[in-house]
Amino acid sequence: MEPTTTSFLVLGALLFGIGATGLMIRRNPLVMFMCIELMLNAVNLTFVALATRFSDIDGQTAVFFVMVVAAAEVVVGLGIIISIMRRRPGATVDDLAELRG
Amino acid sequence: MELIVFVLASAMVLSGAIGVVLFKNPVHAALGLVLTLFGVAVHFVSMEAHFLAAVQVIVYAGAIVVLFLFVIMLLGVDRAEDLSIEPLKLQRPAAIVLGAGVTVLVAGAVVRGADTLGSESSAAAPGDSNIRALARSLYSDHVLAFELTSVLLIVAVAGTVVLTRRLKKSEG
Repeated sequence: MEPTTTSFLVLGALLFGIGATGLMIRRNPLVMFMCIELMLNAVNLTFVALATRFSDIDGQTAVFFVMVVAAAEVVVGLGIIISIMRRRPGATVDDLAELRG
Repeated sequence: MELIVFVLASAMVLSGAIGVVLFKNPVHAALGLVLTLFGVAVHFVSMEAHFLAAVQVIVYAGAIVVLFLFVIMLLGVDRAEDLSIEPLKLQRPAAIVLGAGVTVLVAGAVVRGADTLGSESSAAAPGDSNIRALARSLYSDHVLAFELTSVLLIVAVAGTVVLTRRLKKSEG
């Protein structure tokens, strides 16, 4: 017996839900970034499952681009976090409300 | 056999993801993220996406998680976050209800739409034809987007260097 495409899609949905819940619960910006990575991986899993299902390689190409953009996003995001933490050690995302003008 | 692999890898993915959300120490959360990423790589292998599985392990589990750990150690935020402090009342229960709702909605939509996938069975690609097909798609149909990603990476790296550079004179 083989796992069906639907089981992969349900797993992707569960992973996306866990990531979204973590993004709303946690206040440490680094952990919130990790939750975004979880959500991106859920979408990647869905892309590959459907690409395999329909024998269409374009789904895997999309996953490749998602990975590149995720890497660039992590680099820029961690740079922003470093420059914030350098001025305010121990800041959580709630403290960023003070950025308003 | 494939079902056993699916169940084990799914257990890795889900337990790692729950660990990311629930571990108080950011270092432990990063290790949970590694577990999830390896589980997703196992799923990629089982779906014949060999190149993406390798990239997943090298780029995600290698580079990105090491970058996370590096920043955690650099900033010294590896002490435990106190999850009992709740600055906004009802935020956490509302977030859990909302997250569970999103999960149930998406999973329900996927299960109910399973019939629309059709009944054709996908022919498994033999050997290294996955990499060959992916390269052909990447370098012919999507070559412009591929070149643009190199511009994106250059801009991201240069921007981060400028962003985190310490100014020597103006701050002193």
